[in-house]
Amino acid sequence: MTALPQSTDRKLGLVIDLDTCVGCHACVINCKEWNTSGTGAPLSDQEPYGDTPMGTFLNRIHTFEVEVEASPAQMVHFPKSCLHCDDAPCVTVCPTGASYKRSEDGIVLVNEDDCIGCGLCAWACPYGARELDQEAGVMKKCTLCVDRIYNENLPEEDRVPACVRTCPAGARHFGDLGDPSSAVSQLVAERGGMDLMPEQGTKPVNKYLPPRLRDRSMSGGKSLESKGDSPKGLLSWIDRALEAL
Amino acid sequence: MHPAPSVIVFTALSGLGFGLLAWLGLGLPAVYGWAAFWWYFVGYALAVGGLMASVLHLGNPKNGLKAFSQWRTSWLSREGVAAVVTLLIIAPFAIGRIFLDTDWGWLGAIGSLLCLVTVFCTSMIYAQLRTVPRWNNALTPVLFLAWSVAGGALLAGQAVAAGLLLLLAGGVQVAYWLRGDQRFAEAGSTIGTATGLGALGRVRLFEPPHQGTNYLLKEMGFSVARKHAVKLRVIALAAGSLMPAVICILMPAGYVAILIAFPIHLVGIFAARWLFFAEADHVMKLYYGG
Ligand code: SF4
Ligand code: SF4
Repeated sequence: MTALPQSTDRKLGLVIDLDTCVGCHACVINCKEWNTSGTGAPLSDQEPYGDTPMGTFLNRIHTFEVEVEASPAQMVHFPKSCLHCDDAPCVTVCPTGASYKRSEDGIVLVNEDDCIGCGLCAWACPYGARELDQEAGVMKKCTLCVDRIYNENLPEEDRVPACVRTCPAGARHFGDLGDPSSAVSQLVAERGGMDLMPEQGTKPVNKYLPPRLRDRSMSGGKSLESKGDSPKGLLSWIDRALEAL
Repeated sequence: MHPAPSVIVFTALSGLGFGLLAWLGLGLPAVYGWAAFWWYFVGYALAVGGLMASVLHLGNPKNGLKAFSQWRTSWLSREGVAAVVTLLIIAPFAIGRIFLDTDWGWLGAIGSLLCLVTVFCTSMIYAQLRTVPRWNNALTPVLFLAWSVAGGALLAGQAVAAGLLLLLAGGVQVAYWLRGDQRFAEAGSTIGTATGLGALGRVRLFEPPHQGTNYLLKEMGFSVARKHAVKLRVIALAAGSLMPAVICILMPAGYVAILIAFPIHLVGIFAARWLFFAEADHVMKLYYGG
């Protein structure tokens, strides 16, 4: 049913630390690996070795440059995947009931057996978090690794989303954002976690921790010393001669 | 947004088909027997043809029937239900007029109203999307209804009404363009709000996630050159509204007007619909530096 639940018991989601992400794309690769071999259609590639390769990914890393007043520009690596919104517009537009939000943990999923591949949910998502698989013709999106986080066949430490498990920088955190005492909620409170495009009214569950501004300039605050002020030898003679003219 | 031929054909033809059926449901023109057959045939062919074109847009049409299930929440589902119910209600009315020489006027009137409901649902599929500010605008349903009723009048041979309605639709189209041009800025999404980094300074894309393309960029990354857009707006307005309106008003004989004015109108409608998609920017583009 594509009506959204009134409220969800838990709000499972990610907290992404833009201060820590190094832009290595390891989470992109591990996401693709896990989700292409799990339940549902694989994440296909078109012309992977051709001139115009493209493929389905559930997580992508953009890199932005921020020009900060009176300080050098800063680079921010920016991972983006489904934010499992509380007011998910992608769910209510779905004509088939394939898209739904779970009342128990708030995860937004697609039931591929019901999907007609109309693409309207991808149009309704402000974040570009849904991609229609070009091979299977059904909508793919981040499942928050629902097939890992509850999977008792996996060792305890692996029961987190693949992207979180693989991040070498520790930039991705997983937990219940509906519980103010959870580690992720505290991280959000401490670091001023923010919503993306709040004006779209989607109430995203995932939060982003802003990068810290540099507290000192990379060159130590002064420009390099000029080496050309006091020439020696012949140059010094020419210099003086020019001065005298 | 990518101006896919399937959605342009779908919205244009089904709009015309339901517009024509709305007039026929009111008993205009007052035809019976074989003459009536051909009018209804054209109405159904356009409406059903348009709906079939929309099926071509689906990645997985084998689940198509499930699209009728979520009418409580989804405008796309409502549109499907409304279209089928409308066509089923008008069918017995048409049979009465073609084969039984009878006029079940009340049934036709309900059918006419449902035609408008169907076109309204089609428009809401687009108007509901906050992610596409140009569409997310109260004039979008007005625009779809105006073109549908005007084009329907033209096809139904109601020359004088068609002339006036075509001019009205042209006016709505201009208002929609002027309003639409403001909408993205009004909606307030920028690369700063999209990344949450706007408070720190001026943000720009340094590197996209990949060098090639992807589904999102193909579907939503479309943008149209401004000078082409202006030319197409002129064509859409002249061919869609002004020229057929003048023909209708100068030659109110009905059939002649249809034969000359309708092909011109169709060119204008296709141009207008192409622009409807091509000029609409999706906020997702902000993540790709758009
Ligand atoms: S991020 Fe997009 S796909 Fe995910 S829940 Fe929100 S609107 Fe839906
Ligand atoms: S593509 Fe599938 S999941 Fe998305 S709106 Fe259409 S039917 Fe629903």
